Amino acid sequence: MKDIVIIGAGVTGCAVARELSRYGADICVLERSEDVCCGTSKANSGIVHAGFDAAIGSNKARFNVEGSAMMPDLARDLDIPFKRNGALVICTDETFRSGLDELLERGKRNGVNNIRIVEREELRRMESHISEKAVAALYAPDSGIICPFKLTIALAENANVNGVEFKFDTEVRDIRRDSDGIYHIQTNAGELTARCVVNAAGIYAADLHNKVSAHKLHITPRRGEYCLLDKAAGKHVSCTIFPQPTKMGKGILVTPTIHGNLMVGPTAEDIDDPESTATTRAGLDKVLSGAAQNVSGVPLRQVITSFAGLRAHEDGHDFIIGEPEDAPNFIDCAGIESPGLTSAPAIGRHVAQMLRDKLGLSEKTNWIGTRKDVVCTSELSPEAHNALIQKNPAYGTIICRCESVTEGEILDAIHRPLGARSLDGVKRRTRAGMGRCQAGFCMHRVMAILHRELGIPMEELTKSGGKSTLVTEQE
Amino acid sequence: METKELTCIGCPMGCQITVTMENGAVVSVAGNSCKIGDTYARKEVICPMRIVTSTVRVVNDPSDLKKDPVKVPVKTSADIPKSAIFDVMDVIHKTCAKAPVKIGDIIVENVANTGVNIIATKDYPGK
Amino acid sequence: MNSYDIVIVGGGPAGLAAASAARDAGCERILILERDRELGGILNQCIHNGFGLHTFKEELTGPEYAARFIDKVLEKHIEYKLNTMVMDIAPDKTVTAMNRTDGMFSIKAKAVILAMGCRERPRGALNIPGFRPAGIYSAGTAQRLVNIDGYMPGKRIVILGSGDIGLIMARRMTLEGAKVLCVAELMPYSGGLKRNIVQCLNDYDIPLLLSHTVVDIQGKERVEGVTIAKVDSSSKPIPGTEIHYDCDTLMLSTGLIPENELSRSAGIDINPVTSGPFVSENFETSIPGVFACGNVLHVHDLVDYVSEEAGRAGQSAAAYAAGHAKHTENADIRVKTGPGVRYTVPTTIDTVRMADKTIVRFRVTQVYKDQYINVYINGTRIQHKKKRIMAPGEMEQVILNKTQLAEYPNAELTIAIEPEQA
Repeated sequence: MKDIVIIGAGVTGCAVARELSRYGADICVLERSEDVCCGTSKANSGIVHAGFDAAIGSNKARFNVEGSAMMPDLARDLDIPFKRNGALVICTDETFRSGLDELLERGKRNGVNNIRIVEREELRRMESHISEKAVAALYAPDSGIICPFKLTIALAENANVNGVEFKFDTEVRDIRRDSDGIYHIQTNAGELTARCVVNAAGIYAADLHNKVSAHKLHITPRRGEYCLLDKAAGKHVSCTIFPQPTKMGKGILVTPTIHGNLMVGPTAEDIDDPESTATTRAGLDKVLSGAAQNVSGVPLRQVITSFAGLRAHEDGHDFIIGEPEDAPNFIDCAGIESPGLTSAPAIGRHVAQMLRDKLGLSEKTNWIGTRKDVVCTSELSPEAHNALIQKNPAYGTIICRCESVTEGEILDAIHRPLGARSLDGVKRRTRAGMGRCQAGFCMHRVMAILHRELGIPMEELTKSGGKSTLVTEQE
Repeated sequence: METKELTCIGCPMGCQITVTMENGAVVSVAGNSCKIGDTYARKEVICPMRIVTSTVRVVNDPSDLKKDPVKVPVKTSADIPKSAIFDVMDVIHKTCAKAPVKIGDIIVENVANTGVNIIATKDYPGK
Repeated sequence: MNSYDIVIVGGGPAGLAAASAARDAGCERILILERDRELGGILNQCIHNGFGLHTFKEELTGPEYAARFIDKVLEKHIEYKLNTMVMDIAPDKTVTAMNRTDGMFSIKAKAVILAMGCRERPRGALNIPGFRPAGIYSAGTAQRLVNIDGYMPGKRIVILGSGDIGLIMARRMTLEGAKVLCVAELMPYSGGLKRNIVQCLNDYDIPLLLSHTVVDIQGKERVEGVTIAKVDSSSKPIPGTEIHYDCDTLMLSTGLIPENELSRSAGIDINPVTSGPFVSENFETSIPGVFACGNVLHVHDLVDYVSEEAGRAGQSAAAYAAGHAKHTENADIRVKTGPGVRYTVPTTIDTVRMADKTIVRFRVTQVYKDQYINVYINGTRIQHKKKRIMAPGEMEQVILNKTQLAEYPNAELTIAIEPEQA
């Protein structure tokens, strides 16, 4: 029997796992996909929100502000890039200016530092491509950008190094609590038992919750479509540019990504199908027209890919964090939509401390709180890169030319803890295939490396696990 | 009298050719801008011919067929009747050459009784 | 730092022909840098025939055509490095490259020839809605998988885009036992050569749907189907015309883009129409001593033209490295696009430096039947030639005489497609 089973290896589940890995306990993470970060966590804006948007006193406000404060140290410890690029909420109509004042007030009450209103002139000095119509903006200098893949992977890897077990391709089918208070978790790969369960199942968190509690939750998948633009467009804005928020969310933003691309999105559309991560013509059109609302001259011809993600929107509009009255030792992390990425470290800490107190866990003496990421050779000086090639010649072979990813980086991504086993796994860890040619050049090269290193037959290699095979044999 | 419309493939011009035929014989060819078009059209309406290109498996060690496929490109050394293309492909699919292979090497003689050979179009020196 | 007279970036058809011609022009120290494991570039995966009709007066396959030029490079003992990626070209013609054995290294070149080729337009650029499953391949990637790696990307295939690679792959996949359901083309005409439509589609009864595009992709993990719809004259899908195809693969052959990342970072002026460098008649870019040829300059229809242009670029680079053939002040003719002409290569002609004849290649903007190619200098028509058919998929050319151009230094030359009574 496990002490703790965490269901879902998204950013929340992995953050909980990493925080729990500080303590002496038998912990296992169950993930239905073949890798971490395959659901909501992989398709979002990658923003570390300042926290002015969430309702005062809400879980969202609390964990957002706490998470944002934790992020610099966490990013340093986990060796992942993070930047506070600032955010601007643009007001394009004087009649809505009071909305900015409300946000400012809410932000201050939520504990957000340094936020202020900037007027038209200053705004235009800050961002030369801001729409002519902009009259003022709320400026939050502490808003930041981060790579959701890198954050989730780093949390998972660090948890794994500290003893947390991860079971992939393992889908929870049913869960029940027996008369001794033990949880029995049915999966496609057999049954597990656990003293405690952390429900971090994203879009499916309500389904799991409702199996053990009479206090029902309801989550609506809220689809958000995005377009990602070439790095050539990455400096079009320097801050994250938001419209004024509505009840459907923060609206279509324009932002640089931590890797230097420009991103536009998301739409917000409530749908029924929890699997429908397909983009739509109407959605993409809305993204592209939304981009033009507050930012002029977005070079839309430089779109290199588009994608859709699903946010888990709970009917109460807030994160559900904690134990249902009628299901002791079952800890919900449900309704984690924006600002979920920002909040994850704080949620992780909070949930881990709850479980520590419940189970009387003690801190390990040998916990390792840091890890090194896959080296990014394109950011090294030529001298440093050369030194690396001398040590390992694989760092001298470029595999992905758009992002300048070497074979050495891909080998590291495959062979490190919870290493990549698919094209997308390699992509999320190294950026190979994420550039402007979208893997046209490197796909077969990465396949050959995965095949060689892991012994997976070419016909069984996948893009992202499951049935996403890439090739069949010739006659 | 009947006419057949063809697009000449002799060169990138792609001339639209009209062939007039009577009792299975060519009466006249029109629309071509050179001799290649005339020749092509006369051949195409009676017995269309094609070069077939593909790849064949090559092994370094015939006892080890399970190894990763190494493929060497090949072609028919001359054009073959269009109707024989899939017969030729069947032979190609069943063929396994032994390394090393030199460009121009005959891989299959008289493929599918067409009187034409399959030849390698690239060197493969072997491992 | 090592130094060479000419460093050639890319060992494909352009790089090989440029190297060979530069050596013939007397250049001693030439180095080709090739990122792949062998010379020949994309020709290695173009195993179909149809290459070299102009150059060798016979029909060769891609590897055979490449072998002829590789043999020349080997015979002439021209140096080359394989598996070597050029990382940077500085404006002073210091080339920085990298491989496993040499690490990161820099070379000082007197002249540089850009011959990096082109890449395929990815799905993202098309912004096709739907899922993002496995089974969506650019035609060139699929060609590589089938012809070099020996694997099939799928068994039931829809192809979007009627570029030549897509047409060639329609036949190739059919020969390998796959079912190609259709080729959809957004434009009302094909982007590929006539012969390829005949030999690759018609021969195998593969329908070509002009003015159609993909409007949805189904399948979360692997492609399970696509929806194709007819488009109106502004390329917008027409509701109600959707056709569904059950398939496991969507292949994209929607155009090639010259690969000019290195050129851009070197500060070379790029023509937004071709996405290749602006060049003068000797293939020199905006940086003196840096030349460009092949598909990095503009996407070609026939490799023969690549070889021919690259040969001239190689000669020019050799002359530059030897200190000859500098640009002549106030002798330029600016080549402009008139009606019906999308772009020209070159865009300037040095009337003193130029050879006795120079070729200007261009592409037309749409299909023209029985129209004239007219050439004007400062408004005076100097050439007038009828063409039965011109299409955007095929390159056109005019040949200009030095004696004629020399009369018009500093002039503007315009090429236009016009009816007889223009």
